Amino acid sequence: MNQKPRTAWLYLSPMLLVLIVVALWPLGRTIWFSLTDANINDIDAAKFVGLENYFGEYGLFANPNYTDGFWESDWGISIINTLKFSVVSVTIETLLGLGVALLLNQEFKGRAWVRAAVLVPWAIPTIVSAKMWGWMLHDQFGVINQWLYDLGLVAQKVAWTADPDFALWTVVAVDVWKTTPFMALLILAALQVLPKDCYEAARVDGVHPLRLFWRVTLPLIKPALMVAVIFRLLDALRIFDLIYVLTSNSNSTISMSGFVRREMVDNGYMGYGSAASTALFLIIGLCTVAYIRIGRMKLGED
Amino acid sequence: MTFKLKSAILAAIAPVALMASAQAATITISCGSVGQDFEFCKKHTSEWAAKTGNEVKLFTIPNSTTDILALFRQMFAAKSTDLDVINVDVVWPGVIKDHLVDLSKYSNGAEKNHFPAIVKNNTVDGKLLAMPWFTDAGLLYYRKDLLAKYNAKAPATWEELAVVAKKIQDGERAAGNADFQGFVFQAKAYEGLTCDAVEWLTSYNGGNIVDADGKITVNNPSAVKALKTAASWIGTIAPQGVLNYAEEEARGVFQNGNAAFMRNWPYAWSLGNGKDSKIAGKIGVSALPKGGADGKNAATLGGWQLAVSKYSKNQEAAASLVMYMTSPEVQKERAIKGSYNPTIASLYTDKDVLAANPFFGSLYDVFTNAVPRPATATGLKYPEVSAAFWNATHDVLSGKTSAEDSLKKLEGKLNQVRRGKTW
Repeated sequence: MNQKPRTAWLYLSPMLLVLIVVALWPLGRTIWFSLTDANINDIDAAKFVGLENYFGEYGLFANPNYTDGFWESDWGISIINTLKFSVVSVTIETLLGLGVALLLNQEFKGRAWVRAAVLVPWAIPTIVSAKMWGWMLHDQFGVINQWLYDLGLVAQKVAWTADPDFALWTVVAVDVWKTTPFMALLILAALQVLPKDCYEAARVDGVHPLRLFWRVTLPLIKPALMVAVIFRLLDALRIFDLIYVLTSNSNSTISMSGFVRREMVDNGYMGYGSAASTALFLIIGLCTVAYIRIGRMKLGED
Repeated sequence: MTFKLKSAILAAIAPVALMASAQAATITISCGSVGQDFEFCKKHTSEWAAKTGNEVKLFTIPNSTTDILALFRQMFAAKSTDLDVINVDVVWPGVIKDHLVDLSKYSNGAEKNHFPAIVKNNTVDGKLLAMPWFTDAGLLYYRKDLLAKYNAKAPATWEELAVVAKKIQDGERAAGNADFQGFVFQAKAYEGLTCDAVEWLTSYNGGNIVDADGKITVNNPSAVKALKTAASWIGTIAPQGVLNYAEEEARGVFQNGNAAFMRNWPYAWSLGNGKDSKIAGKIGVSALPKGGADGKNAATLGGWQLAVSKYSKNQEAAASLVMYMTSPEVQKERAIKGSYNPTIASLYTDKDVLAANPFFGSLYDVFTNAVPRPATATGLKYPEVSAAFWNATHDVLSGKTSAEDSLKKLEGKLNQVRRGKTW
């Protein structure tokens, strides 16, 4: 009887080992670094400083040098930027993805082709699509400005990626373009396994299609939708590459990951940067827990 | 059998190879990727390889100096042996001093022929960490043909520049070129903006962010005036898009004939007069304007050095490559064909060099009196100081904050970066 668990552990051990090496060890090391004053110039000279990087005189939180308050500090701004970006982009992506999935779920000729074509933006590496959009949105040579200008929609070409009023929303737009297919695909998968008889019955009873959608389709695909949104939310909260390549990297668009990179790599503060990285990890965890809680609550009401 | 034969042959040729020039090594070098950097690097390194029997590999690096430094610091932290020779920006020696080899034992005194100010910049704690390769100073490029067309002279002050640029911009736009811009420069949030903004501050006598003693001087009325002036250009004579322009973006607009003035480094001269340039032969160069009548001309000191990584496995061969790349012959060819400013004074009186770049002679003082960024005073923390400064400047240029508020906030932030009395 004792044999079974032992065999299970034996089979699991390679996977556990890999997890320890690629996930647990780097995470533990980052947390350890966050408690030291390590500098990239000479990592071996790092000293233990406790929670100084988090709550100390020059720490992330409760820093007395933040004369304009926490939310005006670079770290505060990067948290706000990231949350703004995540909420807006994931909301739009979910709505659009749902629409696209409903369309693709219909029977029509050439459906397989359209489904494949829709996936193209998702298949392009982010750096490539960011560069591509960077050129299309260029204020002097960009094709988008040229169209808007030719159609008379703008009097002056707009610096989409440079103007602080537009930069963050431009990033949201490109992210929506890129990840809507992902959402559509996940939702489509859920739509495909819905039982046909519910719809048959509704058709016989003459239920209005909108009512059918709200009362039948949406509740049935909700679990899949929740999972899709969580995937996207986790991804969006650690946004880095798109902002880094597309915008001028000023404070107006900096994300939490961007802040971590700047402190760790550009400024060389391995310790402080690791503290920010650990805080980022905790914030993402917190968002996920909050999101699941809210999802469950609504589920309970039903 | 074959094994024995092989080792016999190896034993026989080994001393010969050693005599030739140590043993053949493969040296990896990073040269830069702006303008013609890569082509020149390929040519000169292969010349050295052919001479010495070594092999050279080129290492491609990012375009922006901020990204290059970040990459090198990561490689140094990992004690990477991938790179032997690295290109060093003029503001870096204080930042990466612990990772470079002292070149004085390989140079045989060659550094004495180079500009003393740059050699001093590259010498930290008595060690010659890098050999000067080319120097840079910010210049004002203008369109000779357009100035003549609108009866204007090259501007002496920033105020004059704004007036002339506006006049040309309005005229050219009315004539049908809707995309025409008065003035383009570097205002993306990166090191290049620090270079541009140091010029504005200095030209208005607004100091240099941090003075030589490490005192933070940036929050002063002249600096406010300088940033206000620069912010007034955005949307009037410069496109909003300059807020995302680095050197190459600005050159793209100017070289396509879509701008009257441009602030850029000397490398833009030879490219602007190249075969595929729309404005070849129409470019004039002058010192950057003064900040008002009481101001002065100021050009930020730029330029690159070559150094040997401490983690290189072939330091001697790497040093030999550095000495070849910084030699008068190579610098002369780079000056003639690429308008890269030599760091050797005698080349500024060389006939061939002056024929290719007339402004090397007329602007000699600009190159020798260029203003260094406060890298020496701030040492290891320079990248952070510079980032705080360019972010504050970017906020003013984009209209997000007023110059007064932004500089006040910057002062507080720099105090925080300093963390105590000394940098």
